[in-house]
Amino acid sequence: MTNILLFPLLIPLVTAIASLLTWNRRRLQRLISVCGAGALFTAAILLLATVRRDGIQVIQVGNWPAPFGITLVADLFSAMMVAVAGLIGLSVVIYSLESADIEHESFGYHPLLHILLLGVCGSFVTGDLFNLYVWFEVMLIASFVLLALGGHREQMEGAIKYVALNLIASTFLLSAIGILYGVAGTLNMADLARYLQGAPHTGLMTVLAMLFLIAFGIKSALFPLFFWLPASYHTPPAAVSAIFAGLLTKVGVYSLIRVFTLLFVRDIAFTHGLILLIAGLTMVTGVLGAVAQNEFRRVLSFHIISQVGYMILGLGLFTKAALAGSVFYIIHHIIVKTNLFLVSGVVRRLRGTLDLSRLGGLYRSAPALSLLFLIPALSLAGLPPLSGFWAKLALVRSALVAESYPIAVTALLVGLLTLLSMTKIWGKAFWGESPEADVGESELSALSRLSLYLPMIILALVTVGIGCLAEPLYAMSLQAAEQLLNPAGYIDAVLGRTP
Amino acid sequence: METLLAFVIGGLYAAGLYMMVRRSIVRMVFGLALLGNAANLLIFTMGRLVRGRPPLIPEGAIAPSAPYADPLTQAMILTAIVIGFGIQAFALVLIKRVYETVGDDDVDEMRITDSLEHK
Repeated sequence: MTNILLFPLLIPLVTAIASLLTWNRRRLQRLISVCGAGALFTAAILLLATVRRDGIQVIQVGNWPAPFGITLVADLFSAMMVAVAGLIGLSVVIYSLESADIEHESFGYHPLLHILLLGVCGSFVTGDLFNLYVWFEVMLIASFVLLALGGHREQMEGAIKYVALNLIASTFLLSAIGILYGVAGTLNMADLARYLQGAPHTGLMTVLAMLFLIAFGIKSALFPLFFWLPASYHTPPAAVSAIFAGLLTKVGVYSLIRVFTLLFVRDIAFTHGLILLIAGLTMVTGVLGAVAQNEFRRVLSFHIISQVGYMILGLGLFTKAALAGSVFYIIHHIIVKTNLFLVSGVVRRLRGTLDLSRLGGLYRSAPALSLLFLIPALSLAGLPPLSGFWAKLALVRSALVAESYPIAVTALLVGLLTLLSMTKIWGKAFWGESPEADVGESELSALSRLSLYLPMIILALVTVGIGCLAEPLYAMSLQAAEQLLNPAGYIDAVLGRTP
Repeated sequence: METLLAFVIGGLYAAGLYMMVRRSIVRMVFGLALLGNAANLLIFTMGRLVRGRPPLIPEGAIAPSAPYADPLTQAMILTAIVIGFGIQAFALVLIKRVYETVGDDDVDEMRITDSLEHK
């Protein structure tokens, strides 16, 4: 089917509209929401299978030939990202059935969630820079409302910081796109890549590369542009911060990888060297920030920053193995991080707090939850045989092969500090004695247990599965990296064979 | 004309950034609006400024005869203006809600999300 590429956009859009129309009928809206998320996941897997079988998929919207119309294009990297976004969407929607209260649902929680997914999937499959900006805005406006929904003081303060810094990033992106259009006369990414290959490399190109680096750097929370993230991610309900933590920064990372493998590859020594330096600083500042924190979700938020450093480490090294490591790392990280935030939501449900100094004894009262925390936590720290181990191994090995010893050492040390943070949460919240003598633990009904635990169990199983059978995913990541490093295939797929 | 616009755009960026670093959230939203307008004008200038020459393709030709102003940039600005309008409307409602919950429009008073002490 040639239109398979449209489904990851149409399904969330239709679901969002349908759930808007069923505003007053809560049960029907939930049913639509779950079905929509399930359909999105199925379509994403089908897309991934099609891309693996038939190569890069392209759709010229409205049948306008590229580069005049808007192009949707999915290479293996895009398809993998869409597939994992579908998985996260489905998990979070199932989890929200229990965790979202009526206050949220009656103010459009489900439509917003699907619009967010629409923006994320759109960013992954678009082949046009201006269109990318539009998808970013779709994603942002949905995330703004989801973040502020509920209206607690913390949320409001977090939202102000999140909104302001993300809008500055959007302005940077828009300015960069404007200047690039003025220089190249096109915004189709494949056409741009072809133009930039032949154009003289001037200082303006480096300026543009830096503008894109800043714009996407703010979105993906790179050092020193990450301050919005730890200020806002711990404030909304658990399901919302889980989908934010899993997907939003990764859209920024995806765009960075796309732009710095396809467009700005003329001055690698400078641009990619800078990215490598930023990667190291991001890893270190993120993990050190986490050490100072004493609240479950704040620790996790700082770890997102540190992990983003790993993802762009592969981009900075710019070899096939390193990029494959990055792709692998992104997939692993999205699954693990979402799972950790979902666990934090259940902890809060049980104890009413996420303050580590007031938690304790969860291992005794909720052993299954403890296990569900331990799997992603150890995977995040990179312990074998979980998915994080292979992701870190791939990156560190490619750093050693590229003889970038400082970054390899940094990556290993940061891994150690990550383990320290995770054991801190484990020791204080799960293992240690509870400081309060009689903990009023809320009981969960069987049905709510199912809704909360099922997504966590699935994600944990995926983590273990990737860990035990890393080979297929790594092979796929290698293939994706090869497509990224040889943009000729991408360009030909979009523009057609050229004379 | 380009020189004049360059100064206007530069001034708008500077004013927008200055407003954003003030402590009041109301000024921050004004700053955002100015920055958005600066970016739009930048794109507008990038499509070249030509007066009185519509970009019509003469019969038999495949491209409009130079000089002409690129209509695509103007279409892009239109999209950006619509998005900017929506975002500014949201931002205005947000600062009203923030003022209601926090009771202050001073950003320096909004530090509970960043401080280590919490409830």
